[in-house]
Amino acid sequence: MDLGSINPVLLISALLLASTPILLAAMGELVVEKSGVLNLGVEGMMIVGAVSGFMAAVESGSPALGFLAAAAAAAVLALLFGVLTQVLLSNQVATGLGLTLFGLGISSLMGQGYVGIRPPASPRLDLPVLSELPVVGPVLFSQHALVYLSLAAVAGVWWYLRSTRSGLILRAVGESHEAAHALGYSVLGTRLAAIAFGGALAGLGGACLSLVIVPQWTEGMTAGRGWIALAIVVFGSWRAWRVLLGAYLFGGVSVLQLNLQAAGIAIPVELLSMSPYLITILVLVIISSDKRRAQANAPNSLGRTFHASG
Amino acid sequence: MRPTRWGARSTLRAERSPCNSKLGENMTKTLLLAAAAAMSMGLPAFGDSHGDGPVKAGFVYVGPIGDGGWTYEHHQGLLAVEEHFGDKVETVYQESVPEGADAERAMTQMALQGADIIFTTSFGYMDPTINVAANFPDVKFEHATGYKRADNVSTYSARFYEGRAVQGHIAGKMTKTNKIGYIASFPIPEVIRGINSAYIHAKKANPDVEMSVIWVYTWFDPPKEADAAKALIDNGVDVVLQHTDSTAPQAAAAEAGVISFGQASDMSEYAPLPRVSSIIDNWAPYYIARVQAVMDGTWESVDIWDGIGPGMVEIGEISDAVPADVKAEAEALRDAIASGEYHAFTGPLNKQDGSPWLAEGETADDGTLLGMNFYVEGITGEIPN
Repeated sequence: MDLGSINPVLLISALLLASTPILLAAMGELVVEKSGVLNLGVEGMMIVGAVSGFMAAVESGSPALGFLAAAAAAAVLALLFGVLTQVLLSNQVATGLGLTLFGLGISSLMGQGYVGIRPPASPRLDLPVLSELPVVGPVLFSQHALVYLSLAAVAGVWWYLRSTRSGLILRAVGESHEAAHALGYSVLGTRLAAIAFGGALAGLGGACLSLVIVPQWTEGMTAGRGWIALAIVVFGSWRAWRVLLGAYLFGGVSVLQLNLQAAGIAIPVELLSMSPYLITILVLVIISSDKRRAQANAPNSLGRTFHASG
Repeated sequence: MRPTRWGARSTLRAERSPCNSKLGENMTKTLLLAAAAAMSMGLPAFGDSHGDGPVKAGFVYVGPIGDGGWTYEHHQGLLAVEEHFGDKVETVYQESVPEGADAERAMTQMALQGADIIFTTSFGYMDPTINVAANFPDVKFEHATGYKRADNVSTYSARFYEGRAVQGHIAGKMTKTNKIGYIASFPIPEVIRGINSAYIHAKKANPDVEMSVIWVYTWFDPPKEADAAKALIDNGVDVVLQHTDSTAPQAAAAEAGVISFGQASDMSEYAPLPRVSSIIDNWAPYYIARVQAVMDGTWESVDIWDGIGPGMVEIGEISDAVPADVKAEAEALRDAIASGEYHAFTGPLNKQDGSPWLAEGETADDGTLLGMNFYVEGITGEIPN
């Protein structure tokens, strides 16, 4: 056993970055589900974000434009889901699954000419002075911009849902769309906005994979991360900070177990490789173990179609 | 009117039930039950011409054809078959078929729709192939890298470990930190052979070399492969070998300025650095020969295991980043293996626990290699069960 070869600073740094795509996608899905819509198309939106962001970054040479394009493309795809489920009242579960299949297919079509190309590098954001600090510097102040953005998204979503009027309306729509409608709030408008927001964040998460973590375009590269994000929203019982914890636990333990293997630590590999799933579920189930409160937090209208005529 | 809340509850149930095992995979499975149905409906409609018409060859792939590695090369084989036979052959393929029950469905569907020969191109398709083949005695099946055969099931594989020997030699010579890393997929003989072969030849080239192995339990998961490569590099490794299918570790190696090897495909877009050489699987000649055999009515169940000599395994160009003398040694090693003059597992070799395996000058027999479930002496860590 040799823990000496693991550098904790590099490890925490890697952990923060590895968790970011899942965290972004989960934050988006949290808002969508809070508005009462179940969008199972996270995986599809992520991969479309991954390929669009990659293409835009390669063509323009600017990673920032890539991220914008990723968010926009995935939001458009999400709105397609929104129109189908909210306006045309299709089944949300089936449409969401269809969105994932569609996203996987169209992304591989779009990415045909982009296999094996290196994207422009997206540098870490070195905050002056602060990033020079020992230990804390590289961990806290020398991360990629998306890491900060994802944390800002958590704080923002938490604050928005908890303290703003519009956040309250969104939650009302998610709890009882009939009541919200009767009070004169636009169920359709609120949900479409939430769906587009969820798509944009999922797209950013996808671009984080194709532009920062991997960084290259490969078909099917999200490899199930959208489903993990969906699971974390539920296990985090629709609370922003628990979702953050879940995403960091999952991403963190995933990276940690790879590092433990690389360092040759004497824990059976089988245990290590299932640990991200086990630990994430265990911790989130335990902190959400008060069933009544957890259920009270689940949006009441989740997955139900709404039509104004009642 | 009371709200029914079915949405919330069904979500909870779907996601809580798999507590006893992996969250991610079970999530995918539970939620994708419907998707599986949708996917099979979405398959391209195959024609049903059979008999006098063209021979229909089906291919089942474990990853997307754009993975740049394993599946990409199998698909190159399919394209070569199409080019060789033109109108006389019709091909169908399905990508990203999970190993397990889904694979049986994919194969059954191909067989029902008139495929005459079906190539199943991943180790995990072994039992599904045998099961489906039993239901379709007139269809020929070809399973890559497995060991179970039947009257209508052949197996074929390549001696990738011969290529690993060449990589191991280069790795041992090129490492400055004396630490090389290996991204391993699943603990099956094929992967273990590669690890052993790479280690033996790295050690011969550089007695101080140490090797770290990371098991990622996937063939294709680019972000995870990239994270594994980074974990190795963060732990001081400066040469990364991979036995997974995507080019993600190449990108990670490029960023960190360390050395890597193309796997299954040349991955030449990463040459000259980080990719200094590669193992290329060349399936095309085999696929053409087997489709020809079906046309001629001469197809028989065989067990093919070819290496560098017959050209099933190719060593991709060794780039200029490798010093000329190392390159010459590596090429000499390649040629000696190709001519049969040298075997990649030649004694004296001990097993990891120190017990003797091969005596001086003795070479490993295929039976032992096919079932290899042990590390050779000097590799640390344990093989997971």
